[in-house]
Amino acid sequence: MIHIDLTDQPIDVAAALRSVEADGAGAINTFIGTVRNQSTGRPVVRLEYEAYDSMALHQLRKVAEQAAEKWPMLQQVTVIHRKGTLHIGDVAVVVAVSTPHRAESFAACQYIIDTLKQVVTIWKKEFYEDGDVWVAAHP
Amino acid sequence: MNLKIALFGIAREIVGQSTLDVAAPEGQSAQGLLLALHAQYPALAGLTSLAVAVNNEYAADDTLLHERDEIALIPPVSGG
Repeated sequence: MIHIDLTDQPIDVAAALRSVEADGAGAINTFIGTVRNQSTGRPVVRLEYEAYDSMALHQLRKVAEQAAEKWPMLQQVTVIHRKGTLHIGDVAVVVAVSTPHRAESFAACQYIIDTLKQVVTIWKKEFYEDGDVWVAAHP
Repeated sequence: MNLKIALFGIAREIVGQSTLDVAAPEGQSAQGLLLALHAQYPALAGLTSLAVAVNNEYAADDTLLHERDEIALIPPVSGG
């Protein structure tokens, strides 16, 4: 019921949605993270995502397992994160969950993306016309 | 003992390579390793945070390191 992937290929969002379909589910909730064209007002040209693959996959699975403990009614969970070079509008991450009722689907989906951003070993570098920055690296 | 440290993101750029071999005393802790690396690479101390991972888990300050461990430096993550 937990599907985790880290890929350097474009994410198939429709396939991710299909992967959480379940007969017992009355709700499917999805978060799709995409590449924005600016960061605090500075135009962004592209992003590069780097991952510590083995730990990222392990931590992603742990986050999904924690969600399944907090919301035992979770039917299916899929988390797919992209790595490599991404351009404006590209999909960087997809979280999809299915539950019997909608309230838990919103909560579980938000928990997974929020926790992913805190613990999963993936790093994003923003490239501008005149430089680049590792996001969150410095206070 | 010799520890092999994997480096990622800005930590990799500060050190200038993706792995680092460190000679460490037996019983070296995760915090001890960080202090030694801060002394060698002062720019690491300027990061928002820097964690040590052992075998794909975040290590506590007092986690003891072993030669066979898979060790990595984890600068602030920014996935999503």
